[in-house]
Amino acid sequence: MINPISLAFKEAKKEKRPALITYTVAGDSSKKQSLEILKAISNYADILEVGVPHNTPVADGGQIQTSAYRAIKNGIKMNDIFKIVSNFKKSKNSKPVIFMGYYNMIFQYGENNFLKKCKKSGVNGLIVVDLPWPENKIFSKKCKKNSINFVQLLSPTTSNKRLKSITKDSHDMIYYISMLSTTGGKLKVSPKKILTNYNKIKKISPKKNCVIGFGITEKTISNFKNTDGLVVGSQICKEITRSLSNRQNPVINVSKIVSKLKKKIS
Amino acid sequence: MKLKKGIPVIDQVDRLGFWGGKFGGNFVPETLKKPIDDLEIQFNKLKNDKNFIVERDKYFENWIGTPTRFIKLNNLTKYIGGAQIWSKVVSDANGGAHKIYNATVHCLLAKRSGKKVIIGDTGAGYAGKMLSMAAKKFGLKCKIFMGAKDIKRQQPNVKAMKKNGADVIPVYSGSQTLVDAVSECMRYWVANCDTTAMCVGSTVGPAIFVRICGWSTSQISRELKTQLVNEFGDIPKKLKLYNCVGGGSSSFGFWNEFMDYDKKQVEFIGVEAGGPAKSNRHAAPLTYGSKIGILHGAAQYVNQNSDGQIEETESISAGLDYPGISPLHCFLKDTKRARYTAASDEEALKAYQIVTKYENLRPSLEPSHAFSVAIKEAKKLSKDTIVIINSCGDAYKDRGILEQKLGKKYDKSN
Ligand SMILES: Cc1ncc(COP(=O)(O)O)c(C=O)c1O
Repeated sequence: MINPISLAFKEAKKEKRPALITYTVAGDSSKKQSLEILKAISNYADILEVGVPHNTPVADGGQIQTSAYRAIKNGIKMNDIFKIVSNFKKSKNSKPVIFMGYYNMIFQYGENNFLKKCKKSGVNGLIVVDLPWPENKIFSKKCKKNSINFVQLLSPTTSNKRLKSITKDSHDMIYYISMLSTTGGKLKVSPKKILTNYNKIKKISPKKNCVIGFGITEKTISNFKNTDGLVVGSQICKEITRSLSNRQNPVINVSKIVSKLKKKIS
Repeated sequence: MKLKKGIPVIDQVDRLGFWGGKFGGNFVPETLKKPIDDLEIQFNKLKNDKNFIVERDKYFENWIGTPTRFIKLNNLTKYIGGAQIWSKVVSDANGGAHKIYNATVHCLLAKRSGKKVIIGDTGAGYAGKMLSMAAKKFGLKCKIFMGAKDIKRQQPNVKAMKKNGADVIPVYSGSQTLVDAVSECMRYWVANCDTTAMCVGSTVGPAIFVRICGWSTSQISRELKTQLVNEFGDIPKKLKLYNCVGGGSSSFGFWNEFMDYDKKQVEFIGVEAGGPAKSNRHAAPLTYGSKIGILHGAAQYVNQNSDGQIEETESISAGLDYPGISPLHCFLKDTKRARYTAASDEEALKAYQIVTKYENLRPSLEPSHAFSVAIKEAKKLSKDTIVIINSCGDAYKDRGILEQKLGKKYDKSN
């Protein structure tokens, strides 16, 4: 059986567009609301990254940190996050879910327990920001055994040699970090340069779905129409923050943004 | 888990940077893999390069000022009436604390790799102050990340950083202390690692930073070994080395050269920050049995909740106010080479008062934690036992806190 993540890419390809991947933090701004947001944006997005909030994130910029701290302050726990996913998966237009988080959360849960719970609640993939290759070799194999896509990350600093080894050990999806930045940084590299690197990866590993993330917003997204997939995170988190401070409904505002993003790449 | 003899502890790591197979490592974003690899290659080469050692020693001698004093605290010894109390006055070093060794080495490395900017974290402000001094000396631009709470409570060091031309960047996230400063510094490095060198202020962070820092502060025990032989003709038969432990850089440096001695002869005692007596938000993960977790790129004992969220700590001493601890110390604890305990805020303050009453020495709040435990234990020890406390920082930076807590004007001449 083809896995749901690969299927999502396939569907997007049929429509001749990149897959749209959103990132929102589980429990932002509450458990209930983050579930509503997931349900609303899955009308437009193809794959949903669900951020597992952590309070010492070494790769996240201000917007995502704000979302994560908000969620933690509201008392979100790992088991609540699994519950959010399983509830989301029961909704009729659910989409594949990828957890994005830091290794300590998995480590404390226990790798095997964590994967069991992922499977049970319907998590389809994992991005572990601070478990790079080759440190992730054993864990990514475990993921594969459990039919969970371990998404390897690549960055502009990744050497060609590393690139080859990492793509070889990757599953169906790989994630290219567009520039040297934490999440939420302004795009400081030209789209052309990003696409050159993207094409280099595709050449080495043509069969894998490669998505680009970091610095992708409404303003920049249309530069990357000829790719497998695009991740938008900080702009969405920022919109939640903005909505809350204007006493507006984040669910409505966020789904508006995601619908616009979708239009720009369709 | 076993400590090997004849091999420096900083080199007792496996291929992935783990001590004892489980402490340390490199839990970092992909972007940092290359700069970390580059630094590792550079350091592994230079630490065996005679010219580099000569260069390092030149700066250590002429600029930092080596050796720092090794003195007997006669009045304190008399007052306590047990073991002989000595101190290694590391606060003699240029800038007033041991943080200068690591800062100098990092600047030397940055210079050689052609970097123009160096960034660092700081808690007590010493790591930041020293990095700003070294950066100025070597013509590097400098940015220091510091928790907003620490900026308030360690003003003298903040002023010094600014005077040296460093940008001091306040960090408002989380508890606004060292843990947040290190996170923010690492984030900045993720975004700027192509042009910028990073210095981690203690023996924490990804494995290479632990190794460089431990290698640098080991100057302290190299000096002490010579001083002991000069004083006693040999390494004393009963020697106890007390040191406060925040991240663990001063303690590791104070102990390193004595690693291979039997612990019955040379015992290491690490003193963590117990926090206010009435609080349970201690900064003493080794003493109170915290679980292993990942913090700032390394596996270590760390205060955290069951989910893996890092817990906030509380200590009167900004330099010790950190929820984690060096992988080196986790290794020394589990191999039973060192013993760890904690002193509370109140105990540290009391020790500060005792030391300053009897001696012409003003340990900052960090080493006051070590003095507290040493004073207590020395009472019960024989006269031929040599107790040495590393007085690794000067209290001037704490004068605001001391005036407030002790209700007495801080007198510089003491
Ligand atoms: C004087 C002094 N002592 C001790 C420490 C604790 O750090 P470490 O355990 O790395 O020596 C600090 C840290 O800022 C410090 O300034």
